[in-house]
Amino acid sequence: MTTTTSILNLDGVTVSFDGFRALNDLSLQVDRGEMRAIIGPNGAGKTTMMDVITGKTRPDEGTVVFDGRHDLRRLDEASIAQLGIGRKFQKPTVFENLTVADNVLLALAGERGVFANLFSRRLRTAGEDVDRFLGIARLLDHRSRMAGDLSHGQKQWLEIAMLLAQDPKLLLVDEPVAGMTDAETDQTADLLREIAEVHSVVVVEHDMAFVRRLGVKVTVLHEGSVLAEGSLDHVSRNERVIDVYLGR
Amino acid sequence: MITARLLSGRMTAWDVAFLLLLLALAMVVPLLNLVPAADSSFHVSAYMVSVLGKYLCYALLALAIDLVWGYCGILSLGHGAFFGLGGYAMGMHLMRNIDGRGVYGHPLLPDFMVFLNWDELPWYWLGFDLLPFALLMVVLAPGALAFLLGWFAFRSRVTGVYLSIVTQAMTFALMLAFFQNDLGFGGSDGLTDFRDLLGVSLTADGMRSGLFAASAIMLGLAYLACRLIVSSKLGRVLVGVRDAEARLRFLGYRAERFKLAVWTFSAMLAGIAGALYVPQVGIINPGEFAPAKSIEAVVWVAVGGRGFLVGGPIGAVVVNAFKTFFTGNFADYWLFFLGGLFVFVTLFLPQGLFGWARDRLAARKGGGVR
Repeated sequence: MTTTTSILNLDGVTVSFDGFRALNDLSLQVDRGEMRAIIGPNGAGKTTMMDVITGKTRPDEGTVVFDGRHDLRRLDEASIAQLGIGRKFQKPTVFENLTVADNVLLALAGERGVFANLFSRRLRTAGEDVDRFLGIARLLDHRSRMAGDLSHGQKQWLEIAMLLAQDPKLLLVDEPVAGMTDAETDQTADLLREIAEVHSVVVVEHDMAFVRRLGVKVTVLHEGSVLAEGSLDHVSRNERVIDVYLGR
Repeated sequence: MITARLLSGRMTAWDVAFLLLLLALAMVVPLLNLVPAADSSFHVSAYMVSVLGKYLCYALLALAIDLVWGYCGILSLGHGAFFGLGGYAMGMHLMRNIDGRGVYGHPLLPDFMVFLNWDELPWYWLGFDLLPFALLMVVLAPGALAFLLGWFAFRSRVTGVYLSIVTQAMTFALMLAFFQNDLGFGGSDGLTDFRDLLGVSLTADGMRSGLFAASAIMLGLAYLACRLIVSSKLGRVLVGVRDAEARLRFLGYRAERFKLAVWTFSAMLAGIAGALYVPQVGIINPGEFAPAKSIEAVVWVAVGGRGFLVGGPIGAVVVNAFKTFFTGNFADYWLFFLGGLFVFVTLFLPQGLFGWARDRLAARKGGGVR
């Protein structure tokens, strides 16, 4: 068990769609407790990488190992989620016809079977847990509203509350500040840093100011492979990174 | 007591009103059939009791459809198949009850088998002389078919209109199969000429009233079960399946298992509806499997209002009351009326009759939209 320090290990992952290589021999390692930012131009393979990790897309080649022992290529979305990988989508996806509180209730860890849900007592007993996560996401005042009635930014936050309620070991966060105001963006950066104190986090983001504020190791993707890795200042000075991405 | 505790806070005033109405019907209709003299204006004729009982069976079928369509997003265009299978299971029991009193007087074989020159009962007819076994088959046969179809379809993530087409094909295939004489279910004539149930003649007033009351009580129990399901946390998960199935998977829920469970349960309810229907109308034939029948049942739910539970039964009774009236007076125009009704409801009452009435009431009380 030499890889126990890494929570996530992608090695030589290749994914092709109709001959187009969305991921090309991608290798990436995220340490336990680390927060990593992934940047890259459109089509660099960021979302495909998330899809591979969460079981939505199967890689053609390469290995994906979670927590040093789970081969994610063999598992479906639900199993991977149950192992402890939570995902926030680029486009906020919440259950619009359920209340804000019920959205978090469904996300709470445990009770994933049919009968466990039929006989669940959580509708009455889980109020405090739900409120704790709603509090973190500053949505307590909205708990009884339909999730579909929330603003775009509030939906983003609700998704983060749901992500935390899942109590995952690794959080994959896809463009968390898309469509947010500057103030909201700053709050989100603070929240993510707080979360990263106890969780491993992978953040995909376009917003450079946001990435700078996170202040973590950055991986630059380009055409499905890693172009550069290091601090934001370090990768910003990399000639190839400037060519393909930053210095346009 | 346990049920009362489970239901506390989960029932709306509408639920209570609906259940009380069913309970009242279960007592009043049989009383009005049995007690007043035949020429009294309070007398409900035996024919009327059977017609109303038939409506209640349709209401149960509509309830089953609304559970999967309204709460889980599965638009079944083949629930008639489950209804029909439950009906055939009951029909087989009633055939065995004829017990040598058929036209050919064979001690064991139903008339149609004698006519086909069969000399022994096929193995799958064994056991149906026992009512408990037949009742078990009423839920197991539709349940097994639903489980098999659902297991393959949901696992392969067949959803939406594709799934609807699969269910439609299922009921069409069953219809063709049951038309075959060789299958041993009476071919195109189906099963009929029933005599008695539990030793009582099916045409006796007491039997008709009893079947009516049983239909009302069964509808009430099924309604309670469905309400328990949709008001539990499972009900929230089902809405999640309906609205954002992929999202739910990423939360760690196996959407296909939830669909399979509620789909199979719904098919069993439809089977019970069919089983109560057959002794009240006196016949079951492959026509029940006709795709149009299943589609008509979906129209009932749309008319009554989808996603409330109570809407399906309301739609079933309203549409069938119109149907009884039209087919008795202007038979040629019935299908035009049904089509027109469906278009009207879809365009002007997207929440169906119940959703519309509820919103109107809320508006009058000065409340909000919901």
